[in-house]
Amino acid sequence: MRRTVGALLRKELLVELRTLESVPGMSLFAVTTFVVFHFALNRNSVDGDLASGILWVTLLFAAILGINRLFVADAEEGGFDGFLLAPVDRSAMLVAKVLTLLAYLVVLEIVAVPAFALLLLGPSLAGAMPGLLVTLALGDLGVAVIGTLVAALAVQTRARDLLGPLLALPLLVPIVIGGARATSPLLALSHPTGAPARWLLTLGLYDLVFGLIAYALFDFLLED
Amino acid sequence: MAALEVEGLARHYGEREALSDVSLSLEAARTLVVFGPNGAGKTTLLRVLATLLRPHAGAVRVLGSSLPDDAWAVRGRIGLLAHEPLLYRELTARENLRFHARLHDVAEERVEEVLEAVAISARASEPLRNLSRGMVQRVAVARAVLHDPELLLLDEPYANLDPAAIELVEPLIGAASGRTRVVCSHDPGGGLAEADLVLGLRAGRTVLLRDAAAVQPGEIAELYR
Repeated sequence: MRRTVGALLRKELLVELRTLESVPGMSLFAVTTFVVFHFALNRNSVDGDLASGILWVTLLFAAILGINRLFVADAEEGGFDGFLLAPVDRSAMLVAKVLTLLAYLVVLEIVAVPAFALLLLGPSLAGAMPGLLVTLALGDLGVAVIGTLVAALAVQTRARDLLGPLLALPLLVPIVIGGARATSPLLALSHPTGAPARWLLTLGLYDLVFGLIAYALFDFLLED
Repeated sequence: MAALEVEGLARHYGEREALSDVSLSLEAARTLVVFGPNGAGKTTLLRVLATLLRPHAGAVRVLGSSLPDDAWAVRGRIGLLAHEPLLYRELTARENLRFHARLHDVAEERVEEVLEAVAISARASEPLRNLSRGMVQRVAVARAVLHDPELLLLDEPYANLDPAAIELVEPLIGAASGRTRVVCSHDPGGGLAEADLVLGLRAGRTVLLRDAAAVQPGEIAELYR
């Protein structure tokens, strides 16, 4: 399994490095959205609930771009069939795609979070970083698992560009709620505190439940 | 024991029947050539035998394993050369084959061996999108035989290949390879020449199933009228 996941992950990253079809688009989208918020809100800075909401909604929509592209190369170039013909555990593809999407999200956040701090955020990020990193990691894991599941389903339909976001958004709403609630106290202007444990726990539980659902369903999604 | 045993196979896409009541048996190391006009069900038959599509009715045994229940047991023993090359355009020929070698647990030396066999070594470090269709087809042949499969499923294998390239790939996927083969063809002369058994399909139904020696080229041409 590890060897197969390694081979798939290496292939995914090579294809993305050659085409630059997902990560640059996701990052550019996030930065542009922050600029739009900057002017639309007509405020120099935001904090607390508003800051947290803007950050998570922007990351969510940027992630949708990556989710929509996740299986496109496999579907268009017959890579799906190539994989299905190999005598390997099909769950390897789930793990590899989740890791790929996680990698995309990490790069996205390396670009988007500093841009957010620069363009919109009032309070300094320095003290919030440990809590923010934990919250983002839990949120990313959920987005990656649900995104992979939805992308695998959508790519087999003709309306995949429409179906992907339509299926993903409702399933990702709890992650945005949990992420935003956990991040809000970290970005408060006065008396910032740590991320509330119950929201981190909610995110962790959501990740676990969807991890198990994805593991149980993924083989069926690949089947004819 | 027969390498392929198909009894009453049916497969449909929604309301449309792609295959209906197809039965055949093929001994190991023999070649079945499937003829039929576009939409006759040739590609569907190959995809069922390759374990990529489930049969909706009938019994299918491939290399002794019953499909779809024991599909996992035969996957690594089948080589499929389809219309699509099953390769990634952005990766080089070598990267594509190394990827498949890892999936099939094949030694990396075998990659160089098959690249050499299809005479693509000199261009093996270029992305596939830079190669001509004929060259990509040669890489696809290399991919199909990389893991030394017992059964080859070939959908118009010589498409896009010039005569020199056909000569190159012949030892790998031709009758001389010694493998059991199912070949979809539109070339009555060439197809009959390499067939042991001929299957003619029209609208998903068997209209011809006979030893190749007993088939006249005119009967193949008739399938397309």
